[in-house]
Amino acid sequence: MSKEKFTTLKSSAVPLAIDNIDTDQIIPARFLKATTREGFGENLFRDWRYNADQSPKADFALNIPKYSGKILVAGKNFGCGSSREHAAWAIYDHGFRVVISSFFADIFKNNALNNALLPVQVSDGFLKKIFAAIENNPKTAITVDLSEQKISLEDGTSESFEINPYKKTCLTNGYDDIDYLLSLRDEIKHFELAH
Amino acid sequence: MTRQRKTLFDKIWDSHVVKSSEGYPDALYIDRHFIHEVTSPQAFDGLRKRNVKVFNPGGTTATADHNVPTIDQHLPIKEALSRHQVETLRKNCPEFGIELYDLGHPYQGIVHIIGPELGLTLPGMTIVCGDSHTSTHGAFGNISFGIGTSEVEQVLATQCVLQYRPKTMLIEISGTLSKGVVAKDIILYIISKLSASGATGYFVEYAGEAIRKLSMEARMTICNMSIEMGARGGLIAPDEVTFTYIKGRKFAPQGETFERMVEQWRQLKSDEGADYDEVVKFDAADIAPMITYGTNPGMGIKVTDRIPTLTELKDISEQPSFSKSLEYMGLQPGSAILGQSVDYVFIGSCTNARIEDLRMVASMVKGKKKASNVEVWVVPGSKQVEKQAREEGLDKIFEDAGFQLRQPGCSACLGMNEDKIPAGKYCISTSNRNFEGRQGPKSRTFLASPLSAAAAAITGKVTDVRELV
Repeated sequence: MSKEKFTTLKSSAVPLAIDNIDTDQIIPARFLKATTREGFGENLFRDWRYNADQSPKADFALNIPKYSGKILVAGKNFGCGSSREHAAWAIYDHGFRVVISSFFADIFKNNALNNALLPVQVSDGFLKKIFAAIENNPKTAITVDLSEQKISLEDGTSESFEINPYKKTCLTNGYDDIDYLLSLRDEIKHFELAH
Repeated sequence: MTRQRKTLFDKIWDSHVVKSSEGYPDALYIDRHFIHEVTSPQAFDGLRKRNVKVFNPGGTTATADHNVPTIDQHLPIKEALSRHQVETLRKNCPEFGIELYDLGHPYQGIVHIIGPELGLTLPGMTIVCGDSHTSTHGAFGNISFGIGTSEVEQVLATQCVLQYRPKTMLIEISGTLSKGVVAKDIILYIISKLSASGATGYFVEYAGEAIRKLSMEARMTICNMSIEMGARGGLIAPDEVTFTYIKGRKFAPQGETFERMVEQWRQLKSDEGADYDEVVKFDAADIAPMITYGTNPGMGIKVTDRIPTLTELKDISEQPSFSKSLEYMGLQPGSAILGQSVDYVFIGSCTNARIEDLRMVASMVKGKKKASNVEVWVVPGSKQVEKQAREEGLDKIFEDAGFQLRQPGCSACLGMNEDKIPAGKYCISTSNRNFEGRQGPKSRTFLASPLSAAAAAITGKVTDVRELV
């Protein structure tokens, strides 16, 4: 089944300079009860974003009007904890298409890549530079070029990032893993019989 | 990459690769797939949309655990969304030909507890589930790891997942554990040393004298929390302890087949001098009863230690996150954690809700009463654990102590059901995560062993269990 295709994104970004953001913060367990993939965006970062009386917390990045855009920038070890794919769905549903961090948890990275959400891993130094650029100008545009595997800032500085060639092809063309696996069904049947 | 001397992980992985192509992740055949109500509905929907059947319905086993109530399970689930999710599982399983151990079934329970106790979890297998604590099963010497819902759909559709081969890490614990120190302390100690991300990208093999001496239950506790240091999973080579545990279990091979399998399973070990990407060694004598003070499982200390100060942190860049964490916990840098008052005690979860854990708690509280300031929930990991606890009279010990023995489920580990720790309250918990709000909005969690949790239940505060044993 086809997904949204990703080639290049130029956007301002929302900064979340916190390390070890776990998937319970991204989407708390009590909001995992839906049986569809849509609608999780409204509960993205629920407990950091809203007070107990449901009013928005004024000092949380997603509620600060000067921050906007399709890129989320976060501290290291983003997405640790639970395997809930709902975390990737919630980030995507909110409108983000790229998450930048200096380190991603494995399962989150897989889940993001399976949902047209690009995790871009940069060096600690470049991450600091991005946070500083946003601090300096919240509307500053960050360019993420998947084909060149390059992330660039407005001041001309850039860094290349890694992505597996297969995953890159999937994202660029909107393919998903199941299409590929289904094409192997005969080989799998064979393997299963011999196994 | 071909290795001369293979690790156990490499051997199992290699024997399950259906297709390996340059530039592609490996298509890995999965022997056993577990599903539950929370991470499966969208996967079944995907199959319907593609008009695809389940490739091998016998390869998947289902149960309801994450958001089930732990009291009055015979009544309809009160909370509408939870009920809908469980009912969706009830509809999906028969439609796709999958066995479901539903509420009330004698085999129902937390997915990572029922697999091993039913003999569905065996050495040498590949096992996945849409739950990060799938690493638990690795205690039997297999490759088990958590996956997302898109991957659940892959397994349902093809009995395979596409995966990149992780790196391997050997964690060796030599020596003998001191009195009052148990498996949970070992893993909390390891995570405190390696950090919450220290094993990301790796699959861990636990070895060494201290690991070899552990029961299967204890080994499961250790493998269970591998993910809390970022590892894809953790495994322990099988031995006589493993084979004895498996023998006679419901779905395990029986009779001559079992004996033949044991001979094969005995070969499941890393080659002498195997090439691990990373090797870490610890001495069991250095491990004490552990407790976490912060909001990730890497923030653990010996119960008698002080909470670090800002200047004691290894990395200065961690200061803001550290301060935020302690502020959430209502604790001061540099202060002692011993004697910290607790409000709730939770004994349960896929980490510590097996019969041995309940026995450990019972041995500590027998003839004693809980402190008046604490509420204590004991949530067995499965119907079978619950039944056995009652047969052994543990229910009476808990009742006399003022503990509530509830029905099986994930419960307050993640607070998807009604079992939530109220805002601002402290809970000493045998579960696996102390993330902000994990046990309920604004709840504050101290992770510890069942022994330490039982000790705190009696004293009403964080206690050095060695003073009581």
